[in-house]
Amino acid sequence: MNKAVSSFVPGVLATSTAATVSLAAPMGRLSLRARGDLSALDAALGMTLPTRIGQRNAGAICLGPDEWMLHADDIVPIVAACAAIYEGHPHSLTDVSGREITLLIEGPRAAELLTLGCARDIDSIPVGEGRRTVCDGATVILWRDAPDRFRMDVWHSFAPHLLHLFETGCRELAAEAA
Amino acid sequence: MLLIHCPYCDETLPEAEFTYAGEAHIVRPLDPSAQTDEQWETFMFIRRNPKGPHYERWRHLHGCARYFNAVRDTVTDKFLTTYKAGEPRPDLESLK
Repeated sequence: MNKAVSSFVPGVLATSTAATVSLAAPMGRLSLRARGDLSALDAALGMTLPTRIGQRNAGAICLGPDEWMLHADDIVPIVAACAAIYEGHPHSLTDVSGREITLLIEGPRAAELLTLGCARDIDSIPVGEGRRTVCDGATVILWRDAPDRFRMDVWHSFAPHLLHLFETGCRELAAEAA
Repeated sequence: MLLIHCPYCDETLPEAEFTYAGEAHIVRPLDPSAQTDEQWETFMFIRRNPKGPHYERWRHLHGCARYFNAVRDTVTDKFLTTYKAGEPRPDLESLK
């Protein structure tokens, strides 16, 4: 039985000796779309936006040729800085903080747990990068922070479904190892 | 499962990340109201449906979300090439 979204509280959601899945604390999330010369945006954001798909810098990940996701504790100054350059450098910056949650997936077999839902080869994602991909039918953003530590951004409505998969997966991988 | 090379991500990825989007290089008439019913029908519905290499559109839906073009052999299901939207259609001879 899938969990109700409202029952999620930050903390451990599923755990076993194989892997642990926990919910990250709420954070600011911004979707950025921009084309052409990015130098003005770089200056406004105070960092260089990564330009290769999957590359990360600070809290930003490049998702497409003209698309980024930014994670930050406080988005107010970012929104203000980008609004100030909007006239000269039109772009789209949208607050999507309420759209999704982040699952922290870590443990000795975290990468293997992900293979239950992801068709893509997890090993092809280098540490320090990320990718938008598909996990058991849902589009997710996967951030690889260490060989055995990932973050997965999931839209709210898909979260109970994926969590249910990971709960089963954690138990299954632990039972296999035993 | 098919492996498809996304020309934007420059990676070869499972088909599950992609969606098919019909025949490629079909140009919408600049002035639709000047078209006869037959011409409009041809634009809307008549497709080549070849047996062999087919120029077609795909979208990397669960990835960079870009549309791109591909040449796929409809007999063997092999992708001969993929290329970015807007680039000229590659010559079939050059793909052999």
